[in-house]
Amino acid sequence: MKKAIVLYLHVHQPYRIRHYTVFDTGAKHDYFNAPYESSESNEKVLKKVAEKSYLPTNKRLLKLLNENPEFKVSLSITGTVIEQLEKWSPESLQSFKDLCASGRVEIVAETYHHSLAFFYSRAEFEMQVDMHKRKIQEIFGQTPQVFRNTELAYNNDLASWADRAGYKGILAEGWDAVLGWKSPNFVYRPTYTNQIKLLLKNYKLSDDIAFRFGNREWAEWPLTADKFAHWLSEDPDATNFNLFMDYETFGEHQWEESGVFDFLEHLPKQWLKNENHTFMTVSEVIDSFEPVDQIDMPETVTWADTERDLSAWLGNPMQSESIHELYELQDKIIATNDLALIDDWRRLQTSDHFYYMCTKWFSDGDIHAYFSPYETPYEAYMNFMNVFRDIQFRLLEKGIPL
Amino acid sequence: MLGWELPPHNSGGLGIACYQLCKALSKRDLDIEFVVPYEAEHGIDFMDVTAAKPQKVSSVHKSGIAYDSYKYIMSDGTEKWLNIHDQQALYEHSVGQLAEAREFDIVHAHDWLTFRAALRVKEIKGCPIILHVHSVESDRAGNKQGNPLVHEIESVGLHMADRVIAVSEHTKKAIIRDYGIPADKIEVVRNSIEANDLVPLDGDNVYKYLTLMKTFGYRVVVNIGRLTVQKGLPNLLFAAQKVISKAPKTLFLIVGNGEQYNELIEMAAGLGIGANVLFADFQRGKAWRDAYAVGDLFVMPSLSEPFGLTPLEAIGYGTPALVSKQSGISEVLKNCLKVDYWDIDEMANKISSVMLSDQLRDELIANAYHEYQNMSWDNASQDVHELYQQQLSGLPV
Repeated sequence: MKKAIVLYLHVHQPYRIRHYTVFDTGAKHDYFNAPYESSESNEKVLKKVAEKSYLPTNKRLLKLLNENPEFKVSLSITGTVIEQLEKWSPESLQSFKDLCASGRVEIVAETYHHSLAFFYSRAEFEMQVDMHKRKIQEIFGQTPQVFRNTELAYNNDLASWADRAGYKGILAEGWDAVLGWKSPNFVYRPTYTNQIKLLLKNYKLSDDIAFRFGNREWAEWPLTADKFAHWLSEDPDATNFNLFMDYETFGEHQWEESGVFDFLEHLPKQWLKNENHTFMTVSEVIDSFEPVDQIDMPETVTWADTERDLSAWLGNPMQSESIHELYELQDKIIATNDLALIDDWRRLQTSDHFYYMCTKWFSDGDIHAYFSPYETPYEAYMNFMNVFRDIQFRLLEKGIPL
Repeated sequence: MLGWELPPHNSGGLGIACYQLCKALSKRDLDIEFVVPYEAEHGIDFMDVTAAKPQKVSSVHKSGIAYDSYKYIMSDGTEKWLNIHDQQALYEHSVGQLAEAREFDIVHAHDWLTFRAALRVKEIKGCPIILHVHSVESDRAGNKQGNPLVHEIESVGLHMADRVIAVSEHTKKAIIRDYGIPADKIEVVRNSIEANDLVPLDGDNVYKYLTLMKTFGYRVVVNIGRLTVQKGLPNLLFAAQKVISKAPKTLFLIVGNGEQYNELIEMAAGLGIGANVLFADFQRGKAWRDAYAVGDLFVMPSLSEPFGLTPLEAIGYGTPALVSKQSGISEVLKNCLKVDYWDIDEMANKISSVMLSDQLRDELIANAYHEYQNMSWDNASQDVHELYQQQLSGLPV
C-alpha cells in the first residue's frame, strides 16, 4: 500500500458579537450586526478572508486537483461560515462546490455552530451535528462519514458516541502526553469501541506549515516543498501523515508574501515524485489501513496551546459562568419554537466567543496568539453577557419565567 | 532635588512619586538632598530632607492640601500667611541662598512650583537642571489653558531646562503640544508603585452602611481624589444615573474634597441619584484605605491624568479599576477597563457590566493584582540615573 499524506483543512468563521451595551439589552436584538468599519463586522472579516484566503487557495487547490489525479483533500466547513459565504461571498462558496465536484474532496462532520455542546448538552450536540449534516448534503451533495469535534476536543466518550452514531472515523490531536512512544502516522482504534477508527494529527509537521512557515527566526526557514517531502520520507514505516490545520493558514495566518501558496502548489509534485506516495482523504485512509493499536484518552484533549486542553475556552470564571448560563436556558429556549431566538442562542454557543474571553496570555502581551476582534477579554465578556441578558429578556417577554 | 511635598505631608500623588523615586535612586549610590518649602519631620533616612527657609523665619507650616496658603512664623513671633505665588517666589529665594552654600552636580526639580528655583540655581551654579513634569497646567485646568502665570513659568522653565522628564507618553505629548518643546529633549519615565509599601488593611471596614448593603446584593463604585475639574467627576455622575437605571443596586462612594464638592452634591440630587451617591470628604489613613477596599470597582474618570496612582492603590487593596484613556496609567496597565472620559454611555456600560457580574470583577482583579505585584520603581530609577550620567558626561543625547 502507498504512503499517504492526509491533508485536512478546517474552514470556520463565527458570528462575532458587535459592541453591545447594557443600554442595548432589552432594546435591540441585532447582536451580530456590527458597523462595517468596526473590527467586529462579520461581513468585513468574511470578505477580507475570502479575498486573502478562500478564493486564492481554492484556485490553487482546484488546479492541483486538475493536474494531479492523486491529489486529494478533506475539509470541514462549519454551518456558520457557510451561511456567511452565502450572504457575502457566494463566489467563494461556489469555489468550494467546484472542489467537491472533482470527487476527490471529502467533507468532514462536525457541529453546525462550532460549539462545545458535547460537554454541556448531548441533545443539543446531536441536533447541531444533524443540522450540519443536512446543510452539507444540501450544499455539497455528500454525507460526511468521519467526525471531528470543535477545536478537535476529543475524549473516549466522544469516540464511543461517534462509533454508535455510525461514523467510520474520528479525528483527534496526536498529543505526546497521550501517545507516549506511539507515532501519529498510523491508523488507531479508540478504546471501548468496535468499528470506528482514529486519525491523529501529526502536530509537529502540521505546525511547521500552520505556525512556523513564515517565521524567519525558525532554524528550518525557509520551508520548501522539497524539504518537507524529504522529512516525510524519513519515516519508512509510517502509513499516513495527518496534516490537520485551519484552512485560513493559507493566505490569512500565513500571508501570500510568505510563499505559502507556492509551497502548497509544489508539495504534491514533490511528494508524488516517488511512485509509492499518494494523497488520501480521511475516509480513504480509514478504509485502507487496519488499526495498529488502541488509544485511550480519558481526559479531553484539544489542538490548542501548549496545554492541549479546554482551558483557552473554559479556563477562567467569566468563561465557565457564561457558557453554563447559556446552556441552562436550553429547555426554555427550545420550548418557545421561536426560530429567530433559537438561532441567536445557537450562534452564541460558537466556541470563539469564549476564546475571546481568555485571559491566559493577555498580561504577557502575547497578542499574536490571540485572534480577537476585541481590545480585551473583559470587553468580550461584557458584550456577551449583555447579549445573554437580552436573551433572558426575550424569554421573559414571552411570559417564560427564568 | 527640589520638590513641594513628601509623605506624610503630601496632598496627593506628587509627594509619593518623589518619595519613591528618591528611595529607589538612593540604592544607586547617589547622595540626594531634597529641599521642601516647609519644616516638618518626615522620618526619612535614605536622603537629607531640608526645609528651604529664609533667615528671618523660624518655621513654616503647610496646610492640608496643595494650592492652599502657607503659614510663616517669623523669628519675632509674628505670623504671616503667603499665597501660592508668593510662597513660590520665597522658595526660589531660599533655594538660591541654600545653593550658594552647597556642592552638588545636578538639580532635579519636580513640577512648576519649583521651576523658578531650579532656574535660579542654574544661574548661580551653572549646573545642569532636569525638570520633572508630573502634570502640566492644561491637565490641572481640565484641558483649558489655565493660569497664564503658571503657563509662563512652565514655558520658560521647560525651554531653559537641560532635560525634561515626563511621567507618561500622555504628558510628553501635552508638553510638546502646549510648549513646543522638541520631543527628543523629553524622556518618559513612568511612575510606579511599590507593592510592599502599601499599608495593609486592618479591622472592620469603617464604611458600615456600604458593607451591610453589599450583603443585600448591592455593589459599590469608588472614586478617590480631589474634587476638581481635572478629575472629571461630573461625567461620572452622569454615567452613574445611567448605571442606576440598569443596575439599581449600585452605590457610589466619592472620597475627597475640592472646589467642586458642593456642586457635585447638588448635581447628584438633581440627577435623582442622591440616595445612591455617598460623599465622604477628604480622608487619610484607615478611612482612606477602607474606601478602596469597600469598592467593587474603582473609577478614575479624569479629563487628563499625567499618570494616575489611585487605580494602582485600588488594585493593591483588591478593587479592579476603570480608567480614562486620557491617562498615563492606561499606557501601562493591561488588566483594567478603559474608556474615553467623554464617552458617558460607554462609561456607564462598563460600570454596569461589572456591577452585574462578580465573575468579571473577580477575573479583572485577579489578573490586575498579578500585574501590580510585578511593578516597582527600579526601572524608573535606572532611567533617571542614566539621564544624570548622560548630563554629567556631556555625551550627546
